[in-house]
Amino acid sequence: MTEELRIGVFICHCGINIGGVVDVPAVVEYASTLENVVHAERNLYTCSSDGLESIKSAINEYELNRVVVASCTPRTHEPLFRATCEEAGLNRYLFEFVNIRDQCSWVHMHELEKATEKAKDLVRMGVAKAALLEPLEELTSEVTPSAVVIGAGISGMTAALSIAKNGFHVHLIEKKREMGGMLRRLYKLYPTEELAAEFLEQRIKAVEEHERVELHLSASIKAVEGYVGKFKVILDENGAEKSIDTGVIIVATGAKEFEPEGLYEYDGEKVITQLQLEEKLKRGDSKLDGIENVVMIQCAGARGEVVGYCSKICCMNAIKNAKLIKEANPDINVFIAHNELQAYGEEYELYYRDAKKAGVRFLRFPLERRPKVIKSEGKLVVDVFHERLQMNIPLEADLVVLSVPLVQNPDAEKLSKMLKVPLGQDKFFFEAHVKLRPVDFATDGIFLCGTAQGPKDIEESISQGYAAASRATIPLAKGYVSSEAIISSVDEAICVGCGICESVCPYGAVEVVETEEGRRAKVTGVKCKGCGTCGSSCIKRAIKMHHFTDEQLIAQERTALVTEEVVS
Amino acid sequence: MKDRAVLVIGGGVAGMQAAFDLAEAGIKVCLVERTLSIGGRMAQLDKTFPTNDCAICILAPKMMDCYRHENIEVLTLSEVTAIEGEIGSFKVKIRRKPRFVDEAKCNGCGDCARVCPMGILNKFDMDLRVRSGAYIPFMQAVPLIYALDRDKCMRCGLCEAVCGKDAIRYDQKPEIVERNVSAIIVAIGFDPLDPSGLTEYGYGRYDNVITALEFERLICAAGPTGGHVIRKDGKEVKRIAWIQCVGARDTRDNRPYCCSVCCMHATKEAILTKEHYPEAATFVLYTDLRCFGKGFQEYVNRAEDDYEVKYIRGKPGEIREKENKNLEIFYSPSSDRVEKLEVDMVVLSTALIPSEGVEALAEILGTELDKYKFFKLKDSYNPTETTRAGIFVAGYCQAPRDIPECIAHGSATASRAMEVVLGGSYDRRA
Repeated sequence: MTEELRIGVFICHCGINIGGVVDVPAVVEYASTLENVVHAERNLYTCSSDGLESIKSAINEYELNRVVVASCTPRTHEPLFRATCEEAGLNRYLFEFVNIRDQCSWVHMHELEKATEKAKDLVRMGVAKAALLEPLEELTSEVTPSAVVIGAGISGMTAALSIAKNGFHVHLIEKKREMGGMLRRLYKLYPTEELAAEFLEQRIKAVEEHERVELHLSASIKAVEGYVGKFKVILDENGAEKSIDTGVIIVATGAKEFEPEGLYEYDGEKVITQLQLEEKLKRGDSKLDGIENVVMIQCAGARGEVVGYCSKICCMNAIKNAKLIKEANPDINVFIAHNELQAYGEEYELYYRDAKKAGVRFLRFPLERRPKVIKSEGKLVVDVFHERLQMNIPLEADLVVLSVPLVQNPDAEKLSKMLKVPLGQDKFFFEAHVKLRPVDFATDGIFLCGTAQGPKDIEESISQGYAAASRATIPLAKGYVSSEAIISSVDEAICVGCGICESVCPYGAVEVVETEEGRRAKVTGVKCKGCGTCGSSCIKRAIKMHHFTDEQLIAQERTALVTEEVVS
Repeated sequence: MKDRAVLVIGGGVAGMQAAFDLAEAGIKVCLVERTLSIGGRMAQLDKTFPTNDCAICILAPKMMDCYRHENIEVLTLSEVTAIEGEIGSFKVKIRRKPRFVDEAKCNGCGDCARVCPMGILNKFDMDLRVRSGAYIPFMQAVPLIYALDRDKCMRCGLCEAVCGKDAIRYDQKPEIVERNVSAIIVAIGFDPLDPSGLTEYGYGRYDNVITALEFERLICAAGPTGGHVIRKDGKEVKRIAWIQCVGARDTRDNRPYCCSVCCMHATKEAILTKEHYPEAATFVLYTDLRCFGKGFQEYVNRAEDDYEVKYIRGKPGEIREKENKNLEIFYSPSSDRVEKLEVDMVVLSTALIPSEGVEALAEILGTELDKYKFFKLKDSYNPTETTRAGIFVAGYCQAPRDIPECIAHGSATASRAMEVVLGGSYDRRA
């Protein structure tokens, strides 16, 4: 490198997040003594508009060719600072982030002096790496202007129809012979009490009639290749193999009802699940002839009994079914034994009040004393410990209905491996960020919606379906995607084609191919996520992980071990 | 479809998401925000459940992404005053209130704020901190452009004298701008209920009864007390209780609905209290604990098991203030008992209600509200479509929902607006 290095260092107070612990002026003074540093300053918030302005003006004024910001965390702020460098005419990868909040001030809140010393060490390391940074370019690639939606339940249908209306071709893939998913099994919907079948019919018609929706029924996914903008999805459709090129993929595979085998004397006849009850009601059996007492048990298998989570929809579903039974036949006693009633939001609370008015009776049990179902001589008794009365109440029942949670489909794991997207601890698909990215996966170009992401009601499933449609439409409408610049590359002169890198790459981005010189590894840039696994596993050091090269990291480590005296 | 542009009203997390998605898809967006900064209510929160992410830390990059986007025009201190036309070609009039600062010149240095002699309570900090008459509502405000509070300003001239950019404009006038758009997204969020009228809780009368949003500012490291939860007498809290459903699930004031988020934010606030003060005792008094979202039950389990947050089922009938300004909460845990709990601070999880001005806006837009003043949907199960074609609704102003639901809802309306702009579809069936 022939150009003179001119490094600028910006140290952020982050209000008092950093400034309250680390002696920021001292770190600035120290930074200005480091080799190649021509400018160092501090900002109350480097990420604020004036902080960013200050970076830009310093780049011009001091002719900086490397920028180091020491602040909160690259997780949230690195893109911002990189973009700022770019705005001032500096390649965005000539920027180095030093984490002195999450990894310094927050963890050393009670050791002020040591925190300041550590911040100096971290800044020194960042400057050492910055000196060796190289400009990088992002790759752009074209996007196939069509979408694949996996699962034709209510959220998948909504997503597919909206993308079609946005002007793009959609392949809607359903493993069953018909669309509709879980809704096909429901009797009536809450809170409107309209018939699920009628509601569904209109939606199915709209999907079927749209010219840009291509249906693939009785179809399952065999394999997925490619990357955002250029996926290839291999289907088994009615026994025939089909290949679909698509720019984006939406996972809308839904969920299933937990099977309560071995719990609460479940037998599928006298002790049934809510879905089984729905099917009974749907068959026209809403009078429930011969039945005098119905007892519903909430959280059966949920909230610590089998699965840990609350399934969100079971309270309202039970309230709806209880209300429908009560209204169809006021002589039937309907009890709901519950722990915390999830009648959240605007309409559900009102609906719950209506059910109470209709005569549905609610009994609350403590979670650590769940109801017991006792079967003797063909009779059923549900023994409920009443929390407020602090006593056991035995309820005779002709029919016990278990409100069981929604659980992930068994084939989700296979799909998650094919798409290389994660499942969470609860086995539901795991979104990119719980708070801010509810329908994105961390992998570009793949999105999710509906109960595949976690239990949710129809309205929310529809809302997420539209949301996934919006996110998926973005690359389609843009027509291109920019991918990572921080990727690996192979030095073919050193590579011996051993294939270790290919076997460890989690994104299928490295392949060993035949070249004129023999077998050599090759990296597909747009697939590479820059994880560095290949680089660290290469026994010949033939793989260069850009932006995290051996030279850069070793320089950082060396300077970490050098004491201050030696530096100055 | 004439105008490849969309108007988004409200710069909170739902509105920003809608604007961002549309802009990324190549559609021009005009984002109109009533206050000085985008960010909305989320910017006021300290952390977010169930991950305890710092709210402003994860929000600030989103605010900047929105503001810097080439396809988004952000108009702050602005309100929609009239619309004409119909889906595909709305003409919108927007009133831009004066900032009394030249937006193009101000560089956000804050010199004006430092010299201004006025002291005014800062609304963003729930009136718990004094700001100057030349101000930004919070440090990470976007855009970082100061404003003068001319209601209180005596025009002493100090800010004008000190401003190195010559940006002070005492006589700036409001201006009306017009934009042509194909679709409109309303995302105006909520206001916290002022609980003064619910006399049993003593808010406003007792020193140490505060609201949850006030608590968020207190526990925030960048807040008025630097993250110290202190009483009016300056003592740090030792025993603190949250009271749920204050003014919500309550028919007295036509507010029977559940606000959906308070059980979780109270749980979060109790956890944060224990992180700041491991010795403190924390109580949550509730009716039904509603922890129905992804990871919520697990979060409540952690609060109970790892942080010893005590959940008590019972809604207080009365709170009394003792001479030492501690509070006695009377509640009934079972049919035949009344119990007393003494604490040194009470936090009210107040109802979150449709924003001030929602009726006037609905009138301007020609959309209907429901009986609780949430935007009414054209059809059930069609969660984005208001009663007027081409006008969509996102976030809490349609019905109570939490942050990720607001974000999904924001994106959802974006897709509906894309249907109009990109697809030319006026099909109102969901």
